[in-house]
Amino acid sequence: MKSKVAITGNEAVAQAMKQINPDVVAAYPITPQTEVVQIFSSFVSNGQVDTEFVTVESEHSAMSATIGASAAGARAMTATSSQGLALMFEMVYIASSLRLPIVFPVVNRALSGPINIHCDHSDAMGIKDAGVIQLFCENAQEAYDNMIQAVRIAEHPDVLLPVSVNFDGFITSHALDVLEVLDDETVKNFVGTYQPEEYLLDAENPVSMGNFDMYDFYFEHKRQQVAAMEAAKKVIEEVGREYEAISGRKYGLIDAYKLDDAEMAVVVLNSAAGSAKGVVDELREKGLKVGVLKPRVFRPFPFEAIQDALKGVKAVAVLDRAETFSTMGGPMFADVRTALYDLKNDIKVVNYVYGLGGRDLRLEDVEKVYDDLANIIKTGRADKFVNYLGLRE
Amino acid sequence: MTPFNRNFGQGRRTKAVRPDMNWKELTKAGNIYEPGNANTYETGDWRTIRPVWNKDRCIHCLICWRYCPDASIISTGGKFDSFDYKHCKGCGICANVCPVHAIDMFSEDEIDKQKEAERNEE
Repeated sequence: MKSKVAITGNEAVAQAMKQINPDVVAAYPITPQTEVVQIFSSFVSNGQVDTEFVTVESEHSAMSATIGASAAGARAMTATSSQGLALMFEMVYIASSLRLPIVFPVVNRALSGPINIHCDHSDAMGIKDAGVIQLFCENAQEAYDNMIQAVRIAEHPDVLLPVSVNFDGFITSHALDVLEVLDDETVKNFVGTYQPEEYLLDAENPVSMGNFDMYDFYFEHKRQQVAAMEAAKKVIEEVGREYEAISGRKYGLIDAYKLDDAEMAVVVLNSAAGSAKGVVDELREKGLKVGVLKPRVFRPFPFEAIQDALKGVKAVAVLDRAETFSTMGGPMFADVRTALYDLKNDIKVVNYVYGLGGRDLRLEDVEKVYDDLANIIKTGRADKFVNYLGLRE
Repeated sequence: MTPFNRNFGQGRRTKAVRPDMNWKELTKAGNIYEPGNANTYETGDWRTIRPVWNKDRCIHCLICWRYCPDASIISTGGKFDSFDYKHCKGCGICANVCPVHAIDMFSEDEIDKQKEAERNEE
Protein backbone atom coordinates (compact mmCIF):
# COMPACT_ATOMS: atom_id res chain seq x y z
CA MET A 1 0.00 0.00 0.00
CA LYS A 2 1.31 3.41 -0.94
CA SER A 3 0.08 6.73 0.33
CA LYS A 4 0.62 10.29 -0.80
CA VAL A 5 1.76 12.71 1.87
CA ALA A 6 2.87 16.33 2.01
CA ILE A 7 6.01 16.48 4.13
CA THR A 8 9.44 18.13 4.03
CA GLY A 9 12.59 16.40 2.86
CA ASN A 10 13.82 16.08 6.43
CA GLU A 11 10.53 14.54 7.51
CA ALA A 12 10.66 12.16 4.57
CA VAL A 13 14.16 10.99 5.53
CA ALA A 14 13.20 10.62 9.21
CA GLN A 15 10.18 8.63 8.04
CA ALA A 16 12.43 6.36 5.97
CA MET A 17 14.70 5.87 8.99
CA LYS A 18 11.69 4.96 11.11
CA GLN A 19 10.63 2.32 8.61
CA ILE A 20 14.18 0.98 8.30
CA ASN A 21 14.28 0.78 12.11
CA PRO A 22 18.09 0.74 12.52
CA ASP A 23 19.68 -0.77 15.63
CA VAL A 24 21.74 2.30 16.48
CA VAL A 25 21.62 5.98 15.51
CA ALA A 26 24.30 8.31 16.86
CA ALA A 27 23.99 11.91 15.78
CA TYR A 28 24.64 15.50 16.67
CA PRO A 29 22.37 18.32 15.51
CA ILE A 30 23.40 20.82 12.84
CA THR A 31 21.37 23.07 10.57
CA PRO A 32 19.78 22.02 8.19
CA GLN A 33 20.02 18.36 9.29
CA THR A 34 18.70 18.96 12.85
CA GLU A 35 15.10 18.00 12.07
CA VAL A 36 16.08 14.58 10.78
CA VAL A 37 17.47 13.45 14.10
CA GLN A 38 15.05 15.52 16.15
CA ILE A 39 12.06 13.86 14.47
CA PHE A 40 13.77 10.48 14.62
CA SER A 41 14.50 10.88 18.33
CA SER A 42 10.78 11.41 18.92
CA PHE A 43 10.15 8.05 17.20
CA VAL A 44 12.65 6.57 19.65
CA SER A 45 11.05 8.13 22.72
CA ASN A 46 7.57 7.14 21.52
CA GLY A 47 8.69 3.55 21.17
CA GLN A 48 7.94 3.51 17.42
CA VAL A 49 11.41 2.11 16.67
CA ASP A 50 13.76 -0.27 18.50
CA THR A 51 16.74 1.98 17.92
CA GLU A 52 19.37 2.75 20.53
CA PHE A 53 19.76 6.51 20.12
CA VAL A 54 23.14 7.85 21.19
CA THR A 55 23.40 11.55 21.90
CA VAL A 56 27.03 12.40 21.34
CA GLU A 57 29.07 15.54 21.91
CA SER A 58 30.21 16.14 18.33
CA GLU A 59 30.04 14.79 14.80
CA HIS A 60 33.48 13.22 15.19
CA SER A 61 31.95 11.24 18.04
CA ALA A 62 28.75 10.65 16.08
CA MET A 63 30.61 8.85 13.30
CA SER A 64 32.90 7.15 15.81
CA ALA A 65 29.95 5.75 17.75
CA THR A 66 28.28 4.71 14.50
CA ILE A 67 31.46 2.94 13.42
CA GLY A 68 31.67 1.16 16.79
CA ALA A 69 28.07 0.06 16.56
CA SER A 70 28.42 -1.08 12.96
CA ALA A 71 31.63 -3.01 13.67
CA ALA A 72 29.89 -4.65 16.62
CA GLY A 73 27.25 -5.96 14.21
CA ALA A 74 24.48 -3.38 14.38
CA ARG A 75 22.69 -1.66 11.51
CA ALA A 76 23.90 1.83 12.34
CA MET A 77 23.22 5.31 11.01
CA THR A 78 24.12 8.91 11.59
CA ALA A 79 23.22 12.16 9.80
CA THR A 80 24.94 15.48 9.30
CA SER A 81 25.57 18.64 7.25
CA SER A 82 28.40 20.99 6.39
CA GLN A 83 30.72 21.64 9.36
CA GLY A 84 29.45 18.45 10.94
CA LEU A 85 30.64 16.42 7.98
CA ALA A 86 33.89 18.35 8.02
CA LEU A 87 34.40 17.42 11.67
CA MET A 88 33.48 13.83 10.81
CA PHE A 89 35.96 13.73 7.92
CA GLU A 90 38.62 11.68 9.70
CA MET A 91 36.13 9.03 10.78
CA VAL A 92 34.45 8.82 7.36
CA TYR A 93 37.70 7.34 6.02
CA ILE A 94 37.74 4.86 8.91
CA ALA A 95 34.16 3.80 8.16
CA SER A 96 34.89 3.15 4.48
CA SER A 97 38.23 1.43 5.02
CA LEU A 98 36.73 -0.83 7.69
CA ARG A 99 34.09 -1.62 5.06
CA LEU A 100 31.17 -0.79 7.35
CA PRO A 101 27.75 -0.45 5.71
CA ILE A 102 26.77 2.77 7.48
CA VAL A 103 24.00 4.82 5.88
CA PHE A 104 24.06 8.55 6.60
CA PRO A 105 22.02 11.38 5.14
CA VAL A 106 24.02 14.51 4.32
CA VAL A 107 21.79 17.57 4.09
CA ASN A 108 23.97 19.68 1.82
CA ARG A 109 25.07 23.01 3.18
CA ALA A 110 27.96 25.35 2.37
CA LEU A 111 31.16 25.03 4.33
CA SER A 112 32.41 27.97 6.39
CA GLY A 113 33.82 30.48 5.95
CA PRO A 114 32.41 32.95 5.74
CA ILE A 115 29.82 31.28 7.89
CA ASN A 116 26.67 30.34 6.00
CA ILE A 117 23.90 27.85 6.62
CA HIS A 118 22.44 27.52 3.13
CA CYS A 119 22.77 25.01 0.35
CA ASP A 120 25.76 24.12 -1.71
CA HIS A 121 27.67 20.90 -2.21
CA SER A 122 31.02 21.82 -0.74
CA ASP A 123 30.39 19.53 2.25
CA ALA A 124 29.68 16.46 0.09
CA MET A 125 32.57 17.21 -2.27
CA GLY A 126 34.92 17.17 0.71
CA ILE A 127 34.37 13.42 1.09
CA LYS A 128 34.22 12.52 -2.60
CA ASP A 129 37.58 10.75 -2.32
CA ALA A 130 36.87 9.07 1.03
CA GLY A 131 35.59 5.80 -0.40
CA VAL A 132 31.96 6.50 0.42
CA ILE A 133 29.10 5.86 -2.00
CA GLN A 134 27.32 9.15 -2.64
CA LEU A 135 23.70 9.22 -3.79
CA PHE A 136 22.12 12.56 -4.75
CA CYS A 137 18.42 13.41 -4.59
CA GLU A 138 16.39 15.86 -6.65
CA ASN A 139 13.51 16.12 -4.18
CA ALA A 140 11.99 14.70 -1.01
CA GLN A 141 10.66 11.67 -2.87
CA GLU A 142 14.12 10.73 -4.03
CA ALA A 143 15.57 11.39 -0.58
CA TYR A 144 13.05 8.97 0.90
CA ASP A 145 13.57 6.36 -1.82
CA ASN A 146 17.36 6.62 -1.75
CA MET A 147 17.50 6.19 2.03
CA ILE A 148 15.69 2.86 1.78
CA GLN A 149 17.78 1.65 -1.16
CA ALA A 150 20.99 2.85 0.51
CA VAL A 151 20.62 0.21 3.21
CA ARG A 152 20.53 -2.60 0.65
CA ILE A 153 23.39 -1.13 -1.37
CA ALA A 154 25.63 -0.63 1.66
CA GLU A 155 25.01 -4.09 3.09
CA HIS A 156 25.43 -6.03 -0.16
CA PRO A 157 28.27 -8.55 0.33
CA ASP A 158 30.03 -7.32 -2.84
CA VAL A 159 29.93 -3.73 -1.59
CA LEU A 160 30.10 -3.26 2.21
CA LEU A 161 30.72 0.46 2.08
CA PRO A 162 29.15 3.48 3.76
CA VAL A 163 26.47 5.25 1.71
CA SER A 164 25.73 8.95 2.09
CA VAL A 165 22.37 10.21 0.87
CA ASN A 166 22.69 13.84 -0.22
CA PHE A 167 19.83 16.29 -0.57
CA ASP A 168 19.81 20.06 -0.72
CA GLY A 169 19.71 21.98 2.53
CA PHE A 170 16.51 24.06 2.93
CA ILE A 171 15.54 23.67 -0.74
CA THR A 172 14.73 19.99 -0.25
CA SER A 173 15.15 19.58 3.50
CA HIS A 174 12.71 22.27 4.62
CA ALA A 175 10.33 22.73 1.70
CA LEU A 176 7.01 20.93 1.78
CA ASP A 177 6.83 18.37 -0.98
CA VAL A 178 4.23 15.87 -2.08
CA LEU A 179 5.54 12.34 -2.16
CA GLU A 180 4.50 8.75 -2.02
CA VAL A 181 5.58 6.70 0.97
CA LEU A 182 5.53 2.94 1.20
CA ASP A 183 3.87 1.13 4.07
CA ASP A 184 6.01 -0.07 6.97
CA GLU A 185 5.73 -3.75 6.11
CA THR A 186 6.92 -3.26 2.51
CA VAL A 187 9.98 -1.31 3.65
CA LYS A 188 10.70 -3.83 6.40
CA ASN A 189 10.65 -6.67 3.89
CA PHE A 190 12.71 -4.72 1.38
CA VAL A 191 15.54 -3.86 3.75
CA GLY A 192 15.37 -7.23 5.50
CA THR A 193 17.22 -8.18 8.66
CA TYR A 194 20.86 -7.19 8.80
CA GLN A 195 23.04 -10.27 9.01
CA PRO A 196 26.70 -9.23 8.95
CA GLU A 197 29.19 -11.82 7.80
CA GLU A 198 31.67 -10.81 10.50
CA TYR A 199 31.25 -8.59 13.54
CA LEU A 200 33.02 -7.90 16.81
CA LEU A 201 30.32 -9.29 19.11
CA ASP A 202 30.41 -12.68 17.39
CA ALA A 203 32.09 -14.49 20.29
CA GLU A 204 32.18 -17.79 18.43
CA ASN A 205 34.14 -16.29 15.57
CA PRO A 206 36.59 -13.75 16.95
CA VAL A 207 37.77 -11.03 14.60
CA SER A 208 40.12 -8.13 15.01
CA MET A 209 39.26 -5.01 12.97
CA GLY A 210 41.12 -1.79 12.32
CA ASN A 211 44.55 -3.38 12.51
CA PHE A 212 47.83 -1.61 11.86
CA ASP A 213 48.52 -1.89 8.16
CA MET A 214 51.99 -1.34 6.78
CA TYR A 215 53.33 -0.67 3.29
CA ASP A 216 53.19 -4.39 2.60
CA PHE A 217 49.37 -4.57 2.92
CA TYR A 218 47.79 -1.07 2.93
CA PHE A 219 47.95 -0.71 -0.87
CA GLU A 220 46.14 -4.03 -1.39
CA HIS A 221 43.38 -3.02 1.03
CA LYS A 222 42.87 0.25 -0.88
CA ARG A 223 42.56 -1.80 -4.07
CA GLN A 224 39.86 -3.88 -2.39
CA GLN A 225 37.94 -0.67 -1.72
CA VAL A 226 38.14 0.26 -5.40
CA ALA A 227 36.79 -3.18 -6.31
CA ALA A 228 33.89 -2.67 -3.89
CA MET A 229 33.13 0.71 -5.50
CA GLU A 230 33.22 -0.90 -8.94
CA ALA A 231 30.87 -3.66 -7.77
CA ALA A 232 28.57 -1.05 -6.27
CA LYS A 233 27.58 0.21 -9.73
CA LYS A 234 25.95 -3.12 -10.60
CA VAL A 235 24.43 -3.48 -7.13
CA ILE A 236 22.93 0.02 -7.25
CA GLU A 237 21.22 -0.84 -10.53
CA GLU A 238 19.98 -4.21 -9.22
CA VAL A 239 18.60 -2.66 -6.02
CA GLY A 240 17.04 0.08 -8.17
CA ARG A 241 15.19 -2.50 -10.25
CA GLU A 242 13.95 -4.29 -7.13
CA TYR A 243 12.83 -0.99 -5.67
CA GLU A 244 10.97 -0.14 -8.85
CA ALA A 245 8.98 -3.34 -8.41
CA ILE A 246 7.67 -2.21 -5.02
CA SER A 247 7.41 1.54 -5.68
CA GLY A 248 6.87 1.99 -9.41
CA ARG A 249 9.72 4.51 -9.47
CA LYS A 250 12.80 3.95 -11.62
CA TYR A 251 16.31 4.34 -10.18
CA GLY A 252 19.58 3.86 -12.03
CA LEU A 253 23.04 5.37 -11.89
CA ILE A 254 21.96 8.47 -13.78
CA ASP A 255 18.73 10.17 -14.74
CA ALA A 256 18.83 11.04 -18.44
CA TYR A 257 16.12 13.58 -19.23
CA LYS A 258 15.26 14.11 -22.90
CA LEU A 259 18.80 13.26 -23.95
CA ASP A 260 18.02 10.77 -26.73
CA ASP A 261 18.16 13.29 -29.58
CA ALA A 262 19.69 16.18 -27.62
CA GLU A 263 22.44 18.39 -29.01
CA MET A 264 22.95 20.31 -25.79
CA ALA A 265 23.01 18.90 -22.29
CA VAL A 266 23.29 20.23 -18.77
CA VAL A 267 24.79 17.95 -16.12
CA VAL A 268 23.67 18.88 -12.64
CA LEU A 269 23.14 17.27 -9.22
CA ASN A 270 20.25 17.41 -6.77
CA SER A 271 17.39 19.94 -6.73
CA ALA A 272 18.79 22.16 -9.50
CA ALA A 273 18.12 19.28 -11.90
CA GLY A 274 14.41 19.95 -11.38
CA SER A 275 14.83 23.58 -12.47
CA ALA A 276 16.91 22.49 -15.45
CA LYS A 277 14.24 19.99 -16.51
CA GLY A 278 11.64 22.78 -16.38
CA VAL A 279 13.76 24.94 -18.66
CA VAL A 280 14.30 21.99 -21.01
CA ASP A 281 10.54 21.51 -21.33
CA GLU A 282 10.13 25.17 -22.31
CA LEU A 283 13.01 25.14 -24.77
CA ARG A 284 11.81 21.87 -26.31
CA GLU A 285 8.52 23.62 -27.12
CA LYS A 286 10.56 26.14 -29.07
CA GLY A 287 12.13 23.24 -30.96
CA LEU A 288 15.54 23.22 -29.30
CA LYS A 289 17.18 19.85 -28.81
CA VAL A 290 18.11 20.08 -25.17
CA GLY A 291 18.35 17.66 -22.25
CA VAL A 292 19.49 17.20 -18.68
CA LEU A 293 21.73 14.56 -17.15
CA LYS A 294 21.38 14.20 -13.42
CA PRO A 295 23.88 11.79 -11.85
CA ARG A 296 22.05 9.99 -9.07
CA VAL A 297 25.33 8.41 -8.06
CA PHE A 298 28.41 10.61 -7.85
CA ARG A 299 30.68 8.09 -6.12
CA PRO A 300 31.34 5.64 -7.66
CA PHE A 301 31.40 7.91 -10.70
CA PRO A 302 29.15 6.35 -13.37
CA PHE A 303 31.38 7.33 -16.27
CA GLU A 304 30.23 4.54 -18.60
CA ALA A 305 26.59 5.59 -18.21
CA ILE A 306 27.53 9.24 -18.68
CA GLN A 307 29.57 8.48 -21.81
CA ASP A 308 26.66 6.53 -23.20
CA ALA A 309 24.08 9.20 -22.42
CA LEU A 310 26.16 12.08 -23.78
CA LYS A 311 27.87 10.45 -26.77
CA GLY A 312 25.49 12.10 -29.24
CA VAL A 313 25.51 15.66 -27.92
CA LYS A 314 27.58 18.51 -29.32
CA ALA A 315 28.00 20.64 -26.23
CA VAL A 316 27.72 19.97 -22.50
CA ALA A 317 27.56 22.33 -19.55
CA VAL A 318 28.45 20.88 -16.16
CA LEU A 319 26.89 22.81 -13.29
CA ASP A 320 28.84 22.57 -10.06
CA ARG A 321 27.51 23.77 -6.72
CA ALA A 322 31.03 23.72 -5.25
CA GLU A 323 34.41 25.22 -6.01
CA THR A 324 37.71 23.37 -6.04
CA PHE A 325 39.90 26.51 -6.23
CA SER A 326 42.04 24.60 -8.71
CA THR A 327 41.14 27.41 -11.20
CA MET A 328 39.91 24.58 -13.44
CA GLY A 329 36.30 24.69 -12.30
CA GLY A 330 34.18 22.51 -10.03
CA PRO A 331 34.68 18.89 -8.98
CA MET A 332 32.04 17.30 -11.20
CA PHE A 333 33.30 19.19 -14.25
CA ALA A 334 36.68 17.50 -14.02
CA ASP A 335 35.07 14.06 -13.81
CA VAL A 336 32.55 14.57 -16.61
CA ARG A 337 35.12 16.11 -18.92
CA THR A 338 37.50 13.22 -18.24
CA ALA A 339 34.72 10.71 -18.96
CA LEU A 340 33.97 12.36 -22.31
CA TYR A 341 37.60 12.74 -23.37
CA ASP A 342 37.97 9.17 -24.57
CA LEU A 343 34.90 9.39 -26.81
CA LYS A 344 36.97 11.56 -29.19
CA ASN A 345 33.69 13.07 -30.37
CA ASP A 346 34.94 16.64 -29.92
CA ILE A 347 32.14 17.39 -27.49
CA LYS A 348 32.65 20.85 -26.06
CA VAL A 349 32.42 20.66 -22.28
CA VAL A 350 32.17 23.83 -20.22
CA ASN A 351 31.67 24.46 -16.54
CA TYR A 352 29.35 26.74 -14.55
CA VAL A 353 29.83 27.16 -10.84
CA TYR A 354 26.47 28.20 -9.38
CA GLY A 355 24.47 28.54 -6.20
CA LEU A 356 27.30 28.80 -3.67
CA GLY A 357 26.12 29.54 -0.14
CA GLY A 358 22.49 29.10 -1.15
CA ARG A 359 22.42 31.57 -4.07
CA ASP A 360 19.30 30.79 -6.08
CA LEU A 361 19.64 29.17 -9.46
CA ARG A 362 17.01 31.02 -11.49
CA LEU A 363 15.37 29.58 -14.59
CA GLU A 364 16.88 32.48 -16.57
CA ASP A 365 20.32 31.30 -15.43
CA VAL A 366 19.71 27.84 -16.89
CA GLU A 367 18.34 29.41 -20.08
CA LYS A 368 21.53 31.43 -20.38
CA VAL A 369 23.55 28.23 -20.12
CA TYR A 370 21.66 26.68 -23.06
CA ASP A 371 22.08 29.98 -24.96
CA ASP A 372 25.82 29.78 -24.40
CA LEU A 373 25.89 26.15 -25.52
CA ALA A 374 24.01 27.04 -28.71
CA ASN A 375 26.59 29.73 -29.35
CA ILE A 376 29.46 27.30 -28.75
CA ILE A 377 27.96 24.89 -31.28
CA LYS A 378 27.46 27.71 -33.79
CA THR A 379 30.98 29.10 -33.52
CA GLY A 380 32.68 25.79 -32.74
CA ARG A 381 34.60 27.57 -30.00
CA ALA A 382 34.41 27.48 -26.19
CA ASP A 383 36.82 30.18 -25.15
CA LYS A 384 35.97 30.31 -21.49
CA PHE A 385 35.49 26.93 -19.91
CA VAL A 386 34.91 28.03 -16.32
CA ASN A 387 31.99 30.40 -15.76
CA TYR A 388 30.10 31.69 -12.75
CA LEU A 389 26.34 31.58 -12.91
CA GLY A 390 24.29 34.12 -10.97
CA LEU A 391 27.40 35.95 -9.73
CA ARG A 392 27.60 39.76 -9.74
CA GLU A 393 30.53 40.37 -12.09
CA MET B 1 38.61 -17.39 38.38
CA THR B 2 37.23 -18.46 35.02
CA PRO B 3 39.31 -17.09 32.18
CA PHE B 4 37.73 -14.11 30.43
CA ASN B 5 37.77 -15.78 27.06
CA ARG B 6 36.19 -19.06 28.10
CA ASN B 7 33.25 -18.54 25.75
CA PHE B 8 35.30 -17.64 22.74
CA GLY B 9 35.14 -20.16 19.95
CA GLN B 10 38.01 -21.14 17.71
CA GLY B 11 36.46 -19.31 14.78
CA ARG B 12 35.45 -20.62 11.40
CA ARG B 13 37.58 -18.06 9.60
CA THR B 14 41.21 -18.89 10.19
CA LYS B 15 42.68 -17.48 7.04
CA ALA B 16 46.38 -16.86 7.29
CA VAL B 17 47.75 -13.61 5.89
CA ARG B 18 51.04 -13.61 4.05
CA PRO B 19 52.87 -10.73 2.40
CA ASP B 20 52.96 -12.53 -0.95
CA MET B 21 49.14 -12.59 -1.23
CA ASN B 22 47.47 -10.33 -3.78
CA TRP B 23 44.57 -8.00 -2.98
CA LYS B 24 41.97 -10.59 -3.92
CA GLU B 25 43.45 -13.21 -1.60
CA LEU B 26 43.86 -11.00 1.46
CA THR B 27 41.18 -10.72 4.11
CA LYS B 28 38.67 -7.90 3.77
CA ALA B 29 39.89 -4.60 5.23
CA GLY B 30 42.85 -6.36 6.84
CA ASN B 31 40.65 -8.14 9.35
CA ILE B 32 42.47 -10.73 11.46
CA TYR B 33 40.80 -13.91 12.66
CA GLU B 34 43.53 -15.54 14.72
CA PRO B 35 44.72 -14.39 18.13
CA GLY B 36 48.42 -14.01 18.87
CA ASN B 37 49.28 -13.71 15.21
CA ALA B 38 51.99 -11.06 15.79
CA ASN B 39 54.33 -14.05 15.89
CA THR B 40 53.74 -14.72 12.21
CA TYR B 41 54.51 -11.15 11.24
CA GLU B 42 58.24 -11.17 10.68
CA THR B 43 59.61 -7.81 11.70
CA GLY B 44 63.22 -8.87 11.35
CA ASP B 45 63.50 -7.15 7.98
CA TRP B 46 63.15 -3.77 9.70
CA ARG B 47 66.64 -4.32 11.16
CA THR B 48 69.61 -2.27 9.97
CA ILE B 49 72.09 -3.46 12.59
CA ARG B 50 72.41 -7.06 13.75
CA PRO B 51 73.39 -8.38 17.17
CA VAL B 52 76.04 -11.11 17.01
CA TRP B 53 76.78 -13.35 19.97
CA ASN B 54 80.34 -13.78 21.22
CA LYS B 55 80.26 -17.26 22.70
CA ASP B 56 83.61 -16.99 24.49
CA ARG B 57 82.71 -13.90 26.47
CA CYS B 58 79.12 -14.80 27.39
CA ILE B 59 78.54 -15.63 31.07
CA HIS B 60 74.89 -16.62 30.51
CA CYS B 61 73.53 -14.07 32.96
CA LEU B 62 70.52 -13.59 30.61
CA ILE B 63 70.27 -9.86 31.28
CA CYS B 64 69.80 -9.49 27.50
CA TRP B 65 66.90 -11.96 27.60
CA ARG B 66 65.22 -9.86 30.29
CA TYR B 67 65.70 -6.55 28.46
CA CYS B 68 64.87 -7.56 24.90
CA PRO B 69 61.60 -5.70 24.00
CA ASP B 70 60.78 -8.15 21.21
CA ALA B 71 61.41 -11.43 23.06
CA SER B 72 64.04 -12.20 20.44
CA ILE B 73 66.65 -13.74 22.75
CA ILE B 74 66.10 -17.47 22.88
CA SER B 75 67.36 -19.29 25.93
CA THR B 76 67.46 -23.02 26.62
CA GLY B 77 68.09 -24.56 30.00
CA GLY B 78 68.79 -21.19 31.57
CA LYS B 79 71.53 -20.42 29.05
CA PHE B 80 71.81 -18.08 26.08
CA ASP B 81 70.96 -20.04 22.96
CA SER B 82 70.44 -17.76 19.95
CA PHE B 83 68.78 -14.66 18.51
CA ASP B 84 65.38 -14.82 16.81
CA TYR B 85 66.45 -12.91 13.72
CA LYS B 86 62.96 -13.19 12.21
CA HIS B 87 61.69 -10.80 14.87
CA CYS B 88 64.77 -8.94 16.20
CA LYS B 89 64.49 -5.33 15.03
CA GLY B 90 68.14 -4.56 15.85
CA CYS B 91 67.53 -2.01 18.57
CA GLY B 92 70.83 -2.90 20.27
CA ILE B 93 69.51 -2.89 23.84
CA CYS B 94 70.96 -6.38 24.41
CA ALA B 95 74.43 -5.19 23.41
CA ASN B 96 74.05 -2.14 25.60
CA VAL B 97 73.05 -4.00 28.76
CA CYS B 98 75.50 -6.89 28.40
CA PRO B 99 77.95 -6.57 31.33
CA VAL B 100 80.72 -8.47 29.53
CA HIS B 101 80.32 -7.04 25.99
CA ALA B 102 79.44 -10.43 24.57
CA ILE B 103 77.08 -8.96 21.94
CA ASP B 104 78.41 -6.91 19.03
CA MET B 105 76.24 -4.94 16.63
CA PHE B 106 77.14 -5.21 12.93
CA SER B 107 75.68 -3.24 10.05
CA GLU B 108 73.35 -5.38 7.94
CA ASP B 109 74.73 -3.59 4.87
CA GLU B 110 78.25 -4.60 5.79
CA ILE B 111 77.14 -8.18 6.38
CA ASP B 112 75.40 -8.20 2.98
CA LYS B 113 78.47 -6.78 1.28
CA GLN B 114 80.69 -9.35 2.97
CA LYS B 115 78.38 -12.19 1.92
CA GLU B 116 78.42 -10.94 -1.65
CA ALA B 117 82.21 -10.69 -1.61
CA GLU B 118 82.38 -14.28 -0.36
CA ARG B 119 80.03 -15.41 -3.12
CA ASN B 120 82.16 -13.64 -5.71
CA GLU B 121 85.30 -15.38 -4.46
CA GLU B 122 83.70 -18.79 -4.84
